[in-house]
Amino acid sequence: MEVGVVVFPGSNCDRDTYHVLREVLGYRAHYVWHEERSLDGLDAVVLPGGFSYGDYLRAGAIAAVSPVVRALRPFVDRGGAVLGVCNGFQVLLEAGLLPGAMLPNLGGEFRCEFVHVRVERVDTPFTCLLPPGAVLRLPIAHAEGRYYADAATRARLARHRQVVFRYCDPSGRVTEAAVPNGALDAIAGVASPDGAVVGLMPHPERASEEILGSTDGRRIFESLASWVRSRTAGAKGAVR
Amino acid sequence: MAASPLLTPAPPAGSSLRPAEYAEICRHLGREPTPVELGMYEVMWSEHCAYKHSRAVLRRLPTSGPRVLRGPGHNAGAVAVGGGWAAVFKMESHNHPSAVDPLHGAATGVGGIVRDVLAMGARPIALLDSLRFGPLDLPGVRRLVRGVISGIASYGNSIGVPTVGGELACAPCYTRTPLVNVACLGVVREDRIATARAAGPGSAVVYLGARTGRDGMHGAAFASAELAGRPADRAAVQMGDPFTGKLLIEATLEILATGAVVALQDMGAAGLTGAMSEMAARGGVGMDVDVALVPRREAGMSPAEVLLSESQERMLLVVQAGREDEVLRIGRRFGLEAVVIGRVTAEPRLVVREGPEVVVSLDPRHLTSAPEYAPEAREPVLSDEVRRLEGTRLAAVAPEEALFRLLGSPGIASKRWVYRQYDHMVQTNTVVPPGADAALLRLKEVPPKGVALTVDGNGRWCALDPYVGSLRVVCEAAQNLACLGAVPVAATDCLNFGNPERPEVFWTFRRAVEGISRACEALGIPVISGNVSFYNEEGGQAIFPTPTVAMLGLVEDTARHATPGWKREGDLVVLLGTGCPQLDGSEYLAVVHGQVAGRLREPDLEAVGRTIRCVREAVARGLLASAHDCGDGGLAVALAECCIAGRRGAALTLRTGDGARADEILFGEDVGRIVVSLSPGALPDLMGIARGLGVGVEVVGLTGGGRLVVGTGGPTPPWIDVAVEDLARAWEGGWS
Repeated sequence: MEVGVVVFPGSNCDRDTYHVLREVLGYRAHYVWHEERSLDGLDAVVLPGGFSYGDYLRAGAIAAVSPVVRALRPFVDRGGAVLGVCNGFQVLLEAGLLPGAMLPNLGGEFRCEFVHVRVERVDTPFTCLLPPGAVLRLPIAHAEGRYYADAATRARLARHRQVVFRYCDPSGRVTEAAVPNGALDAIAGVASPDGAVVGLMPHPERASEEILGSTDGRRIFESLASWVRSRTAGAKGAVR
Repeated sequence: MAASPLLTPAPPAGSSLRPAEYAEICRHLGREPTPVELGMYEVMWSEHCAYKHSRAVLRRLPTSGPRVLRGPGHNAGAVAVGGGWAAVFKMESHNHPSAVDPLHGAATGVGGIVRDVLAMGARPIALLDSLRFGPLDLPGVRRLVRGVISGIASYGNSIGVPTVGGELACAPCYTRTPLVNVACLGVVREDRIATARAAGPGSAVVYLGARTGRDGMHGAAFASAELAGRPADRAAVQMGDPFTGKLLIEATLEILATGAVVALQDMGAAGLTGAMSEMAARGGVGMDVDVALVPRREAGMSPAEVLLSESQERMLLVVQAGREDEVLRIGRRFGLEAVVIGRVTAEPRLVVREGPEVVVSLDPRHLTSAPEYAPEAREPVLSDEVRRLEGTRLAAVAPEEALFRLLGSPGIASKRWVYRQYDHMVQTNTVVPPGADAALLRLKEVPPKGVALTVDGNGRWCALDPYVGSLRVVCEAAQNLACLGAVPVAATDCLNFGNPERPEVFWTFRRAVEGISRACEALGIPVISGNVSFYNEEGGQAIFPTPTVAMLGLVEDTARHATPGWKREGDLVVLLGTGCPQLDGSEYLAVVHGQVAGRLREPDLEAVGRTIRCVREAVARGLLASAHDCGDGGLAVALAECCIAGRRGAALTLRTGDGARADEILFGEDVGRIVVSLSPGALPDLMGIARGLGVGVEVVGLTGGGRLVVGTGGPTPPWIDVAVEDLARAWEGGWS
């Protein structure tokens, strides 16, 4: 599997993501500079967390019009998978690759802590190895993570089963207290209707090694590897 | 008849230079300095840049050791961590700017220390902060606290360097003069440690980073005087841009990897002037630069403004002749200003031109050789009331009530609300996050090794006795590392004091440095870097003398570490070490009785050293389920913290001598006492280590249940019998 890790000026989780993909999981990971216009040869692309272009305007707003993000749409049309984590999720929203928007956290503060999320949809490249309703323990670290969507968008989200992760308590119950940022309907992550593009606020790359307190994030990357494998096998079958 | 101006030159009105300093400059130059040159001397000879009052005293600090690769005199210190890698470590204060503008003052404090570590060629991997404020119920204090914390968060979070630890305390003396000390740790391969020594005539002087503006004018001079609440002080505070700061980190590291860089330094205090003169002086060379080439943010800046601006996010590089383009290309790819502004010259002379016109011609060695002062020192007279603590006169307070009040006091209460605003996990090295005795980071470069970090200070102790207070602060830091299982290997300090020209302040400063030196020598911990912040006073009210010490420890196997919380039911609770707890100067006395009083007993450093070794060895051998030192609030608070962190209780019986006071046993403070828990089967091994080192071991009880019960055995009711959830509530709610 060939995975690109996009580097925007101001990305700060690019090296962490690269480390997990390459050193921990042994995948072929490559940095992709934000000025890159082609994503040929990659099976998947990860937009990592950070403060792309400083995020002085609105998180992800400037990155959304960068050459590499413009290249994402054709990449997805050709069957590529895209994961946006934290700032990467914000970029996907700003670019219109995912529906909805991010508001500053309720309470206005940056929050860095472990939370729990429940897996709401498993037919995506990033959740295909997880059982429905699985509870993952993952860290968040953001100041703008209050997911918001208008009524029409919410209806579409429901129709296309686009909510992939919801904040929950350790037992999997979605409660108000379990939502760290005031996100609408406890939404922590959403997908495109076909599931190929997924964005989430928690950081799976920070929860992929025992020594860091959780390995739940690995399941997301391992899902991707499994999805790429099965797709490649399927494609070969079709050629024959 | 008027005297010749050259014979008795006087500094122009408004100059911060003393008459004798000005005379020395004129003597050296054989003429009076031009206004531009005068400005340069003023900042370079300011206390902030030149350590005029502190240099002689600082020489007492132990700075060498087998692991030390770079000591004081460099942009930051460096120690070997094994496997060919070095840890770079330094702490700095940003007190004055934070008092005037808490958000930007604190943010630029982070940016500045990060670039000092970067200047050593190291990637910054962790931040710590030590903060002091006035009492929270005073007007404006909470705003200040929020501003400083937001400032640290906004900068650290954005540049992706985790803030993994710190401390925070409140006392009235810090109301107008808060303290903001920030430490940074970086890692670099030993053979890639960079220097700030310019060399090679013909080498290019390269400006890299943000444009130069008018902010931070005379920041160094501003930090070298008491705060006066002038509106002009606002202009002396720099504005930070973490986005550019992050780009500067990545660009600099990539540029250093080319091998084309001879030397580099942050344009921090004294800006371009400081970086040029210090790099040239270290190398015994000169520089010839054209300020007209310096990228500017605004039009119409004079040469003096360009030379003295402390605009943030700028580095000065000396690059091998012929390799400039390689370096400039990398800088520009990151969207930074990257310009050759001059050349290194063989003659040690700093020549600054503006286009064709020479505006400065100075010897960089003289510019960086401010006079050294040995100010008068006089022991402050503390009143008998402060000196002598008569315990019998203290109002009776029930131990449980005192415990709850201590747990809810700002210095002891949970700081989760603070550190959850800091990204403390980015870079994925944080194994033990903030909230324990120290933070633990793994080192991806040399697995399974790790580093532990802590920062400690106690102004109250030092106000009563700067020497013993400083001994204790160093011991406390070393203990914190040991509890985690780390060997303390290096320290860095921020020495925060009032006006050193006042004899009492200077005496206190000297005694504190003597205390740090003595303790670091006894424990074998070199002080590899640091900073002095004088003039922390306003309206004649000085802060408590507040030396803060950040310490770095090494862990051989990151998986082998201990944290404070009890881990299981039925573990033995053991008290290691033989401290001599006393109420004098304690948090209990301050919080519960509103007094800062007493005489501190000098700790037995040798015994503390043995206790530290004992704990560390026990952790490294995997014998301990938990370890936590008795710090602020004494034994009772330490036990409560073990219960809260472990979400379980303990029942303990303390041995007491005749006539012992409950409050002294429970809340008295000293160094060298550590609470550990372990399975009963591990006790013989722990006893073996302790006996070998001559460390006292006292089994005091068992973990388990939902209550903390502390008594003396026998028929009398326990001193403390409270539910752990009530303790947790008091501790967690302390700041709300």
